[in-house]
Amino acid sequence: MNRYAKQRLFGAAVRAAALLVVGVMVLVVSVTLVRGGRVLLTDPAIVVTPPGSRYMLEGTGGFLHAVLGSVFVVGPATAISMVFAVSTATYLQSDYSSERFSESVNMFLNVLWGTPPIVYGVFVLTIIIAIGAQTSLFFGVVAIAIFQYPIMTRYTDEALRAAPDGVRESTYGLGATRFESARMTVRAAAPGIIAGLIMGFARGIGDAATVLFTTGRSTRMPGGLFDAATTLPVLIFDQAMSFNPEVRSHAYAASFVLTVVVLGLILVSKLLAGRYARYTPGG
Amino acid sequence: MNETPLETDTLSVTYTGDREIEAVKGVSIAFPANRLTTIIGPSGCGKSTLLKSLNRLHEIQQHVEIDGDVLLSGDSVYDTDEPAPEIRKQIGYVPQTPTALPLSIYENVAYGLRIHDDYESKADLDEKVETYLRKVNLWEEVHDRMDAPGAELSTGQIQRLCVARSLAVEPEVLLCDEVTSALDPISAESVEETLEALKSEYTIVMVTHSMAQARRLADRVVFLYLGEVVEAGDVRSFFEDPQTERTRQFIGGPTPVDPGSAGDTTEAEDASTAAELAASSPPEES
Repeated sequence: MNRYAKQRLFGAAVRAAALLVVGVMVLVVSVTLVRGGRVLLTDPAIVVTPPGSRYMLEGTGGFLHAVLGSVFVVGPATAISMVFAVSTATYLQSDYSSERFSESVNMFLNVLWGTPPIVYGVFVLTIIIAIGAQTSLFFGVVAIAIFQYPIMTRYTDEALRAAPDGVRESTYGLGATRFESARMTVRAAAPGIIAGLIMGFARGIGDAATVLFTTGRSTRMPGGLFDAATTLPVLIFDQAMSFNPEVRSHAYAASFVLTVVVLGLILVSKLLAGRYARYTPGG
Repeated sequence: MNETPLETDTLSVTYTGDREIEAVKGVSIAFPANRLTTIIGPSGCGKSTLLKSLNRLHEIQQHVEIDGDVLLSGDSVYDTDEPAPEIRKQIGYVPQTPTALPLSIYENVAYGLRIHDDYESKADLDEKVETYLRKVNLWEEVHDRMDAPGAELSTGQIQRLCVARSLAVEPEVLLCDEVTSALDPISAESVEETLEALKSEYTIVMVTHSMAQARRLADRVVFLYLGEVVEAGDVRSFFEDPQTERTRQFIGGPTPVDPGSAGDTTEAEDASTAAELAASSPPEES
């Protein structure tokens, strides 16, 4: 085979692979949106209606409890995780840390990144049992924060690595302290850090395995920090297993909400990243 | 006024990473006040290392050791209780790559003033920002878009912004690390014009690869080779009557210095003479 034939073959192979991935993604998203959209067009109020007393059996009421459960678990978890992730990544990339220590921590983060989320769930469940507590929003927040931490740290670390060296040199050259210089580097890396933050939120809100053992299940509105709650992914699982077709159809409506939230977040991250990129050297 | 505000005393800089390399070897030079001194030499000869060790900027890297001393107005830069950021405020640094901080044009210049709390009121800050932008001939170009991101300026404008930013904290000495090497000829010319205008007011130490630029701008030239000073002197005598064979080889023989004929020597000529020099005496470090 001559080199131009090889080039054509390679081009066709990569185009086919890209088409396959995009095709599957479009199929999944459109089936969810079409089927979920159909349910929501018929009864849009189910998103903002609390569940009825026999919701899981007869589909009375809506799934506002799960929407709020997800927000109450993932919102605080993302905020907590972001503080730790940005602090860790800044430390690793700053002069506070030695190269060897940074390499070790990065290896550890890679292991955490690759750990299945259910392991975090089981880990937090072990703690719940050990201290004699019950599954609740609080432990869901803890588990999701642990799950998001390596994801957001790696994104932030990559963003800080990609920040121009000139920012660090310039700030030091002006007499900035290590803290002031690190702050400016974080600012220069803002588009990447925001992408990491949104990605962490999106992964957190879509994860069922971590919250399954920690947040518990409930068909009531979230009552307090130490009460059990239901999140959207767990609700979708329960709805999809129902024998009642109406409840099963709500699984698509809930999936629609989850998909739109994730797509919306990605859009917001793009807009925010673009806004900050104007100020970023080379951005 | 101190005639030599900055001087080095048998300064040596050693990289102590996987392989130990002495990049600067016992250098003793005095940098005269209100003059522009260029440090020239082939790539890897220790020019930037020497420059960064003058204000302790090398300390942001790991595995670097210093021996000897740097004196700022007679006081040691290393043997002092003063924190390194205070030293760097007094000995400003303009990096090789034009880099706007991720802030507006106004805030880029105000940044140093803000971190050192070097202003009395907003009006004072505004005045200082304008003063230093005027000093680098940038005010007219940007005064109507001070809130625009600094990164949106052209590379030449960004480099002048970097100079303004460094001058705003009122350093005693300004270090410039190949500040025109990343610029196109027109932008480089505007930065050179700025430095030309500033050199009678500030003590400037500039690293450059370009001998044509050294001829055009410098009052004094220091030729560094493999970390050692081969020759240092007034720009005219350096280029017209070099004292060592190595200098003669590097500059391509004695050549007249004529401000009117600026630009006669091209970067390509610089590169070829450096290559000839390297070929005639292979460097000991790779």
